Amino acid sequence: MDGGGAGAGAEGELTAQETALYDRQIRVWGVDAQKRLSKAHVLVCGMNGTTIEFCKNIVLAGVGSLSLMDDHIVTEDDLNANFLIPPDESIYGGRSRAEVCCESLKDFNPMVRVSVEKGDPSLIDGQFLDKFDTVVVSRASLKTKLFINDSCRKRNKHIAFYAIDCKDSCGEIFVDLQEHSYVQKKPGGETEQQQLTYPSLQEAISVLWNGLPRKMTKLYFAMRVLENYELSEGRSPGETTLSDMPAVLARMKDMCDKMSFNESQIPAPLMERLLSAGKKEHPPVCAILGGILGQEVIKSISYKGDTIKNFFYFDAADGKGVIENISPNSAN
Amino acid sequence: MAAASSEEAIKAAKVLMVGAGGIGCELLKTLALSGFSDIHIIDLDTIEVSNLNRQFLFRQSHVGQSKAKVARDAVLKFRPNISITPYHANVKDSQFNVDFFKQFNVVLNGLDNLDARRHVNRLCLAAEVPLVESGTTGFLGQVTVHVKGKTECYECQPKPVPKSYPVCTITSTPSKFVHCIVWAKDLLFAKLFGDKNQDNDLNVHSKDDSSSKTDVFERNLDEDLKKYAQRIYDHVFGYNIEAALGNEETWRNRRRPNPIYIRDALPEDAVQQNGCSQDHKNEEQEPSEPSAMVSLGLRNPQEIWSLADNSRVFLEALKLFFEKREKETGNLIFDKDDQLAVEFVTAAANIRASSFGIPLHSLFEAKGVAGNIVHAVATTNAIIAGLIVIEAIKVLKGDYQNYRMTYCLEHPSRKMLLMPVEPFEPNKSCYVCSETPLVLEVNTKTTKLREVVEKVIKSKLGMNLPLVMVGATLVFEDGDGLEPDEAANYALNLEKILAELPAPVLNGTKLTVEDFQQELKCSINIKHRDEFDTEKEPDGMVLAGWSGPVDKQVTSNGEKKPVPSASSTEDLDGTAEDTSAKPGMKRKLNEILESKENFDALQNPSDVVSSSAQVVDDDEDDDLVMFDEDPKQGKKKRSQ
Repeated sequence: MDGGGAGAGAEGELTAQETALYDRQIRVWGVDAQKRLSKAHVLVCGMNGTTIEFCKNIVLAGVGSLSLMDDHIVTEDDLNANFLIPPDESIYGGRSRAEVCCESLKDFNPMVRVSVEKGDPSLIDGQFLDKFDTVVVSRASLKTKLFINDSCRKRNKHIAFYAIDCKDSCGEIFVDLQEHSYVQKKPGGETEQQQLTYPSLQEAISVLWNGLPRKMTKLYFAMRVLENYELSEGRSPGETTLSDMPAVLARMKDMCDKMSFNESQIPAPLMERLLSAGKKEHPPVCAILGGILGQEVIKSISYKGDTIKNFFYFDAADGKGVIENISPNSAN
Repeated sequence: MAAASSEEAIKAAKVLMVGAGGIGCELLKTLALSGFSDIHIIDLDTIEVSNLNRQFLFRQSHVGQSKAKVARDAVLKFRPNISITPYHANVKDSQFNVDFFKQFNVVLNGLDNLDARRHVNRLCLAAEVPLVESGTTGFLGQVTVHVKGKTECYECQPKPVPKSYPVCTITSTPSKFVHCIVWAKDLLFAKLFGDKNQDNDLNVHSKDDSSSKTDVFERNLDEDLKKYAQRIYDHVFGYNIEAALGNEETWRNRRRPNPIYIRDALPEDAVQQNGCSQDHKNEEQEPSEPSAMVSLGLRNPQEIWSLADNSRVFLEALKLFFEKREKETGNLIFDKDDQLAVEFVTAAANIRASSFGIPLHSLFEAKGVAGNIVHAVATTNAIIAGLIVIEAIKVLKGDYQNYRMTYCLEHPSRKMLLMPVEPFEPNKSCYVCSETPLVLEVNTKTTKLREVVEKVIKSKLGMNLPLVMVGATLVFEDGDGLEPDEAANYALNLEKILAELPAPVLNGTKLTVEDFQQELKCSINIKHRDEFDTEKEPDGMVLAGWSGPVDKQVTSNGEKKPVPSASSTEDLDGTAEDTSAKPGMKRKLNEILESKENFDALQNPSDVVSSSAQVVDDDEDDDLVMFDEDPKQGKKKRSQ
């Protein structure tokens, strides 16, 4: 659309270029949401098949800036579910995942600033987080997730926290928006202000299992067992194989006993699937998780639409994408 | 999921993707990452700017190029060793026949229009190739699996009926903004800039009966353009409204409209005001295409213009069409990507809306209504593409017990955002995948064969190149390969009344219609009826036993006009569609309705969703919405 007066955007208005590019999505979430989006700063720690899907989605949507943190040097394994890394060692060789992904992402939308932040997520400084409105952590140890989540909560400004992981055909998203108020559309078309209070990751995973609803997705328990096992063994996330099964089952029994929870509620075949997944990501599941997370981040930034509280699960085996609310006050 | 056998199935598979748009880009990427190595992709479209916010394989520099080809090149950058075969073509072309389809193990649709979806459905049924169908609209979407004999076909369920408006609402008694848009686009715009030979229902009251031979819309030989524009303005917004007010009956229970003349809208000498382009002209850059907004210094497409501004835009746009684009006038068709056309239609609709006390709208909103623009975001397309690949892998493994249709919802239902549902069984009375005859009620003594072919066989049954038999007598055949004498004979038959055909079509006659390309054959039993209600049965005939979509029509006199039509298959990512919950199904879709908001969300302003009694799903894009298009019209591009 030309003729709208290119570059004519008055203070606070979208430019003609932005209006033309974002036309279809503005029709979904409105001009105000688009403006908020263009002022938001997002940090992603951990580049993999799932987070690059997320990055692609919010860069296309027109987020203000995106910073990538992942110092790991690219290896052949990283190519599997990743469409941002060309399979050419002369391009990726010796460079970090964040650097190579950044270069490709920049190309997706010239209006978004994409940059690399060097460093180790487990040592992030609280003040550094003030640069961001949203922080996404992926394939990090439980300890790192708890640390970053806690750091976000300690800042004076509101920083939304997400953790996302894909284990082959299964995936999990955790959301902590602390206090989040938003506009909800009611059936008649009128809107209503809603207020949600989120627990921290520590508070959520401390909820006793025997108090949770019986119809809960079993993936929740299995993922907690796995991250607990990895932490106690000093393994990096995904560094597991089927040979860990006996030790994992022992850990599972231990955790279940502590919470007076019947361990038969956690199916062994599911545990097996997660163990044998290792670091493998199933690309269709990455697309689904990255799509859901992209949508969630857009909703929370724009204060528009129901946000997930506080876990989301997808399993390609049954095809369900389920929200679970695991909060101290809602457990019974 | 037995990983090993999935991998084998993927490796051995040859897949056909139809559509390289919103869903298509995501799908091609996810297929390539998942290990698919022989992918064919058909798309007739070229890339546009408004695609770039979600069709991530495309860049600004690709605008104007083939979607299928650019998508292929982009994916080969990260998966150089796979084979991707692009076709920059219409899937309805004859090269894509049943034999072509038979070479594939599965067909994956990422389409944006009903016509093409139905066509692909038929070819998949004929070639016995499984089809995974999809659509998205905003945050909503769905994926369905269609395997002959195992699950329903795409046409087993009735599709939502697009909104249609009675002619008199459009021509005389608009009550909503969309009515004004339809009037501005399909009547006024078509009258001024379109094909003069087309029927047009624009009410034209002539000032003087003796001069009724001269068309008021015709510009007199040496008539000044400004004067001409003002004369049209005064005629359609002033004089015509005043004339209509004379019909007291019409206004007994309605608010009376106000006639609007230039002297009311632009009291300070309109002639001076209008067209003073140089006052506002942005001197830094000459616009690449004429725009009334630019000439008048109006910049924000989100802003609602005053009546005066709308009037200025109307006059300026009309003038620019004749000044800068004169060659095109006479055969223009409204295109939502034509800035000047959108400006003209916005202004005309708003002026009419002022007359009738209807709230005015911004150019951005008016464009959405006029272009039937489907809401689209990248995330939903990515999710839907992921779900398509998951189903495709099940299909390739023959894991039919686990086939699912999946709905992507905006509001959770039973805690689910992604809700899988067991697929329905084939509908035994579906005219496409079973052989149930249809019944056509028609006046056999007054209706020409042409009307049956156009309105029923092509439009409703979606046949491309039909053949019509009465008993054993061939009365009509479409296509290029006919002998001249045959073609002449069929052309003659087309103009004959049904009862007077060489093999007469009367009450009780059975017609057999067939499309060889689609390998679809069905029977139509004829039932004679004398009278039809012109408002409720505008076709002058009624087809029963058919559950397809109904064209949106403005007119009652038999001429079909899509309203408001998507200007083509362009930029929609496919529509999510409505599927009715049928009694006796294992799982009723109305479970999805647990959250009523999922439906309301579907009721977008373009009225694409038919009713909340039907279940989620279609078009956005992508569904809950059906777009109808005039098949003959195709996408009209401006020459410049």
